[in-house]
Amino acid sequence: MNRPGVDRSGTGASAAPATGGGRIRTPLPFPTAAAPAVADTQLRANLHRATRTIRGKRARVVDEVPDWEALRDAGAAIKADVQRRLPELLEQFEASATAAGATVHWARDAAEACRIVVELTRAAGADEVVKVKSMATQEIELNEALEAAGIAAYETDLAELIVQLGDDTPSHILVPAIHYNRAQIREIFHRRMPDAPADLSDEPSALAEAARAHLRRRFLSARVAVSGANFAIADTGTLVVVESEGNGRMCLTLPETLISVVGVEKLLPTFTDLEVFLQLLPRSSTGERMNPYTSMWTGVTPGDGPQSVHVVLVDNGRSAVLADPVGRPTLSCIRCSACLNVCPVYERAGGHAYGSVYPGPIGAILSPQLTGVADNASLPYASTLCGACYDVCPVKINIPEILVHLRQQAPHPLAERATMRVLSWVMRSPRRWAAALRLARAGAGPLGAYRERRTGARTLRRLPWPASAWTRSRDLPLPAPQTFREWWDQQ
Amino acid sequence: MTARDEILARLRTALADNPPPVEVPRQYRQVDDRPDLVEILIDRLEDYRAVVHRGLGALPALLAKVGRLAVPTDIPAEWLAGYTGQVHRDAPPLSSADLDGLDAVLTGCAVAVADTGTIILDAGPAQGRRALTLVPDRHICVVRSDQVVGLLPEALTRLDPRTPQTWISGPSATSDIELNRVEGVHGPRRLEVVLVGLDDDPRGR
Repeated sequence: MNRPGVDRSGTGASAAPATGGGRIRTPLPFPTAAAPAVADTQLRANLHRATRTIRGKRARVVDEVPDWEALRDAGAAIKADVQRRLPELLEQFEASATAAGATVHWARDAAEACRIVVELTRAAGADEVVKVKSMATQEIELNEALEAAGIAAYETDLAELIVQLGDDTPSHILVPAIHYNRAQIREIFHRRMPDAPADLSDEPSALAEAARAHLRRRFLSARVAVSGANFAIADTGTLVVVESEGNGRMCLTLPETLISVVGVEKLLPTFTDLEVFLQLLPRSSTGERMNPYTSMWTGVTPGDGPQSVHVVLVDNGRSAVLADPVGRPTLSCIRCSACLNVCPVYERAGGHAYGSVYPGPIGAILSPQLTGVADNASLPYASTLCGACYDVCPVKINIPEILVHLRQQAPHPLAERATMRVLSWVMRSPRRWAAALRLARAGAGPLGAYRERRTGARTLRRLPWPASAWTRSRDLPLPAPQTFREWWDQQ
Repeated sequence: MTARDEILARLRTALADNPPPVEVPRQYRQVDDRPDLVEILIDRLEDYRAVVHRGLGALPALLAKVGRLAVPTDIPAEWLAGYTGQVHRDAPPLSSADLDGLDAVLTGCAVAVADTGTIILDAGPAQGRRALTLVPDRHICVVRSDQVVGLLPEALTRLDPRTPQTWISGPSATSDIELNRVEGVHGPRRLEVVLVGLDDDPRGR
């Protein structure tokens, strides 16, 4: 495993909310990780093209729904209700799913979830599994754990396959290979897919056909499949997977054993609640009225589909998120990725800069809450707080508010705290504030004029320590020669 | 403590602030009163590159090009009237390899949702098990006009959650390469819908 999961839950009897492990932590501070991505013009072009396309599609199909806001209100309320009743709904789900013939397992953290999947695969006598794209299995680093146990894991979603063959990691929740263009994808297939045609073109249809041929035999012979779930229905024990390509249907239908890894927050109280979420999710994520395929199964159906059905319910830090009343709505996320596609920071920095499997605005609040803010302190700053993510969120998660809340919890350097204390004292009095502005203008005047002559802008690129931390990822604008009030008085 | 008990205890501890009950506002549309639901369904299906035919009379011509056809055991005999190719009934169950060698599958459905262009199969009459409509490359699906509803909320009231369900909106597709939509990946690459029971079609039922 590249990044071993951090097991903080222990095995003791403590019931305190415990933070999670797996690939949800940025190994480098965000500004450091983002710098090379921002400098990569090919990457920025790929991302710009893709996010602009999907923003347009989403806006068109959302505009044609007259009751979109009512659906958002219902979605947000259903999820708030789920969070409030999570323990009882989980017990209800377990009872319903078990009665329908499924086996329910519980995992405190990433390592425990991986262990359960490995044991179930071994018990089924298999040394390979086919996988449906799933954020939960990415989060717990399941592929690495299976590999360490001698089990081959085959990703079957086209984008996940591209990323897996490219020895890369996903960079988007919905379109994990968004950072590649068609020529780069053709190159990966050419290099790593032995059965790809020698004259493979970079036409998307030809690339999809190559992936189909590559995976066909594997689907028809696989004995164990691993999936996640978009929704788990408490009152019926039903699991729901939405997808486009049919690889999901293949995995969920043909193998004998099906293991689904599901975060505890994925519950919905009733089957009827799907009428809200199956309207919100496809339009927000792929910009379609409905995704091509949705599969639902409730335990085991004799003679139809897998006859050994397992559900692994995973905490891995979710109880810690639930414990913070301000951060709690983060658990409403349905992983649609609309917030990524509108985020100016994501569009320029790309998904890898966030380190976690959850990039973009939702990742900037979810990842640090799952790991504990102290361990992921740069992510709440990976945002301009422009609020576009809140506008598009189908379940109305107030991401900017939670970002600010998390920034307050992150440890702050001594110099910053001292500066803020001084600023706070200055700004508490209009007289002191006006005097400070006069002083700043007088001090910065000649410097500003000099910079303007040299560079055409009244900004500083680098400040000396300790203010260098501020200018590492921003330019500092110098005060204007005249304040608005002064200008107004002159008029 | 077992993992189950520990997780449930953690979650209960996390809710120590005792959040207030939530009233779920359900002011969204529950019923679609547009008169032209079938036309909307056709528009949406075609937008997704499904091919739509009207009336049971269209079936013989459609099936004429199909050499080997998979069907559920309870398929209405009239759907196969005049069909001269090989019929492979799913009894005893066809293996995945058998299904892979067939040209097409013919089924009915449970519900169709006009607003989203979605056809829902729930293993009910004339639908068979899930693998049947998954492995063959071409899916021909008969939709009766009385199975068409406007909106998702109407569809859900007609479904039993305990049945395995497959919701289909157009043929298999991917948008993973530069977000260009490409039809036909792992599921059936062609979806053909035969709408029957329309007022303007005397042969329909």
